[in-house]
Amino acid sequence: MAGGDRVHPYIPNSVPEVKARMLAELGIDDIDTLYEDIPEELRFKGALDIPDGITSEMELERHLENVLSENKTCRESISFLGGGCYQHYVPAVCDEIAGRSEFLTAYAGEPYEDHGRFQALFEYQSLMGELLEMDVVNVPTYDWGQAASTSIRMAGRITGRKVVLVADTISPDRLQVIRTYCEPVMRIELVEHSNLTAGLDMEDLRNRLDDSVAGLYLENPSYFGTLEESGCTIADALHANGSVFIVAVDPLSLGVLAPPSQYGADIACGDIQGLGNHMYFGGALGGFIGTRDEEKYVMEYPSRLFGICKTQRPGEWGFGDVAYGRTSFAVREQGKEFVGTAAALYGISAAVYLSLLGPEGMRELNQNIMQKSQYAMRKLSQLEGVRLRFDAFHFKEFLVDFSATGRTVGEINSALLAQGIFAGKDLGDDFAELEGCALYAVTEVLRREDIDRLVDALRAYLS
Amino acid sequence: MEIQPGSRLRNFHQAKWDEEVIFELSTPGQRGLHIPEVETEISDLVGDGLSSIPAGMRRATAPGLPEVGQMRVLKHYLRLSQQNLGADLNVDIGQGTCTMKYNPKINEKIAASSKAQDIHPHQDESTVQGALRVMYELDLFLREISGLDRFSLQPSSGSQAILTMAAIMHEYHQVRGQADSRDELITTIFSHPSDAAAAAVKGYRIITLYPDEQGMPDVEALKAAVSNRTAGLFITNPEDIGIFNPRIAEFTRIVHEAGGICGYDQANANGILGITRAREADFDLCFFNLHKTFGAPHGCGGPAAGALGATRELAEYLPVPVVSYDGSKYFLDYDVPHTIGKVRSFYGAFPVMLKSYAWILSMGAEGLKEAARIAVLNNNYLLKKITEIAGATSPYTGGKRRIEQVRYSWEELYNETGIDTHDVTRRMADFGFHLWQSHHPFVVPQPFTIEPTESYSKEELDEYLDGLRHVVEEARTEPQTVKSAPHNSVVHRIAESSLDDPEKWAVTWRAFLKKHGKAAAKIRS
Repeated sequence: MAGGDRVHPYIPNSVPEVKARMLAELGIDDIDTLYEDIPEELRFKGALDIPDGITSEMELERHLENVLSENKTCRESISFLGGGCYQHYVPAVCDEIAGRSEFLTAYAGEPYEDHGRFQALFEYQSLMGELLEMDVVNVPTYDWGQAASTSIRMAGRITGRKVVLVADTISPDRLQVIRTYCEPVMRIELVEHSNLTAGLDMEDLRNRLDDSVAGLYLENPSYFGTLEESGCTIADALHANGSVFIVAVDPLSLGVLAPPSQYGADIACGDIQGLGNHMYFGGALGGFIGTRDEEKYVMEYPSRLFGICKTQRPGEWGFGDVAYGRTSFAVREQGKEFVGTAAALYGISAAVYLSLLGPEGMRELNQNIMQKSQYAMRKLSQLEGVRLRFDAFHFKEFLVDFSATGRTVGEINSALLAQGIFAGKDLGDDFAELEGCALYAVTEVLRREDIDRLVDALRAYLS
Repeated sequence: MEIQPGSRLRNFHQAKWDEEVIFELSTPGQRGLHIPEVETEISDLVGDGLSSIPAGMRRATAPGLPEVGQMRVLKHYLRLSQQNLGADLNVDIGQGTCTMKYNPKINEKIAASSKAQDIHPHQDESTVQGALRVMYELDLFLREISGLDRFSLQPSSGSQAILTMAAIMHEYHQVRGQADSRDELITTIFSHPSDAAAAAVKGYRIITLYPDEQGMPDVEALKAAVSNRTAGLFITNPEDIGIFNPRIAEFTRIVHEAGGICGYDQANANGILGITRAREADFDLCFFNLHKTFGAPHGCGGPAAGALGATRELAEYLPVPVVSYDGSKYFLDYDVPHTIGKVRSFYGAFPVMLKSYAWILSMGAEGLKEAARIAVLNNNYLLKKITEIAGATSPYTGGKRRIEQVRYSWEELYNETGIDTHDVTRRMADFGFHLWQSHHPFVVPQPFTIEPTESYSKEELDEYLDGLRHVVEEARTEPQTVKSAPHNSVVHRIAESSLDDPEKWAVTWRAFLKKHGKAAAKIRS
């Protein structure tokens, strides 16, 4: 019994009299009898080397607070980190709803006792559908990497082709996820970018297009924060080749920027972390996939798709699974990829977030981010030896090139860290040609004085 | 049917707000949140920030999001939450295989602290020592519980852990020059559907073993299935029907002798913590669902974590990074010689890890074992009581004990009354209970799977039993009540057929309006 002789607060039937009554009901004396089918040689004979239980909640809290106190947070610092996980403001209502017991501790109830979860996630799909101007969006998958991978696999199944081109302005992290999910069934080939704008190299794309190409996957904004302006041209080239155009997009940018559907994308995907979910060390991600409402697309989703319908009672909305028969829940390996527990709660937070912001809030948010990031870019590029790596429109991230300063990004970042500034991620390790460059993200949570502090600290350090 | 005197059954009715879809609540001009205006120094320098957007990259029309005041948004989602039955409110034992145990509130409180929420994955390691310590120590705990040598916390569900196992298996054979020739994965029908489906994503041909008459995975069938094409075996134990396979070491031996890798799906580990381990059964890989066995909540279907363990040999293939400790500091370790790379961005679902770390700390070694033992006691108590209900059976029992769950059958009830397992499920909702059928295919006819865990008191188990007895009684006396259920839930039976019809299905509100017209949206009038 944990906690000395006391019954653990989480195990009510540990009470000896209760245990005895239940054992008597079974006609046995000892719980060990219930394990009699486990052969002796499979039994674990030792003791687990795990500390005694901290059964007092008060002491547990103290211990955990002590462990976590070793973290220094982005709120205690000024952070310019991005690259797929972002410090956006999380409205209080998002936390209130995501923390509700009814949502937090539910799982897989039927459309009756879990009506609320079905409706909330249908609304999530619908709100994302408005941002994307697409009629089908799935219940969240694990993360952007998996959403990208599934989009690629969908393109493969829809076209019956094996090669997917990937614009190489992609996070290396995500490219690894894509390779894990897609190879060896699909073949991934990288398409190069312009050294000037980071835009897709159209010539390289055209040279690679043939009847083996299922589609192109392009991130817009790119991992470097740059916006691709040639979406329509790319879409035309792909469609003329019978290929699918997959665009990954930051959903937060769609208050003002064109959704991928506007420039010809067939599948859109990305991550919903920024929509009302905290960073959690990169642990609160959720992937989305959107398409047109065509059967050939819908039937290739592996994910749950919650649909709205009527009930036997006039005046009631009902919700349930659309085309469940395509999933691995229904037909195991005959289904489309696999489905399971992923990131539903983050979809609910995202629904609350988009409901709170509405069209005007999204517009204001986009403008705020763009103004602040442009301000930061302008100020930084005025520093001696510091320049912006790519000449393009940036949404909230940009590459700062320090290679002419005589300092490495590592040195610069250490100096800034000492002043409480989490500087942009060093990209030199992942991209040889970007030695000396760092990826900076500016969101609405940064104030002018935060940006100025960065600029001042850099000026002092570099001079 | 009236609730019988002496029954613990509640005169329940779920909250029913008749709540609109959020788009129906929109009033132009209403606001739920303001974004701060930028400082004038900023706008003076860069202008409105929008004018430099390239032509064609500005959206043509504002997104059609609803415009709703903050309190109404809050109320809307609160009402939806009330129309959902979480485990905190429910005797949530009817979702077998999913281990719906108590998710302690203190763990939520800790996970909601800024020290956990507001850290970025690319921060300097010196600023995230707390988070890295949580991950490192959780790895150590799971090594003890499994007997394996190293864990990756990156896979973010059981299914993703299965995909990771498949990727490791593929790379393992690749290193040996056999990736192309070893293209078959063996699993069993009573292992989770993802054991087959996620392996197939990696290109494997799936061989599924069916049980023998005792419900055991058929060892003769396994012998017939293995060959030089065998890449490996992914299997649960106890399987989803709740029976422990005592010949599991024979299974792993047969597969190893054929040159395959053995992966242990430990989704059903809650009854065997500290009792038997992956090591003793000679598995190469195993994974635990932290959101099931280790006390983290299920969140309506995630976030989750499928912590993946490996032997020393296969630890060389784990996703990167793993977390190491050099005696003075914790660090992200990319030195994994044959790593498969990544299955998820960054390091995994940190809040889930933190909650499970807290849960294990609270339990301690003794508490883990006590949780397992009580979960098994609760399960066998229910087994006895449920099989006393005429109409319910537990196929394959044959005098065998069950571990943490049982797959039951309503076949006798169905044959006698015409009430099937879906009908019973819907009627149970009328009393505030969730009852799940089972994964497809229904090898056990008219199935339902119950897993009581260690969290619920005997009185609560008895209450659930009263619910089952009541519905079975109704099936005999007034079957129409059961057939037409639910009656006390949020909504009545849904028109399921429209969800499979491409002409009618609507996955978004905009699709609904296009297909059914604005008039159809005015459902109340």
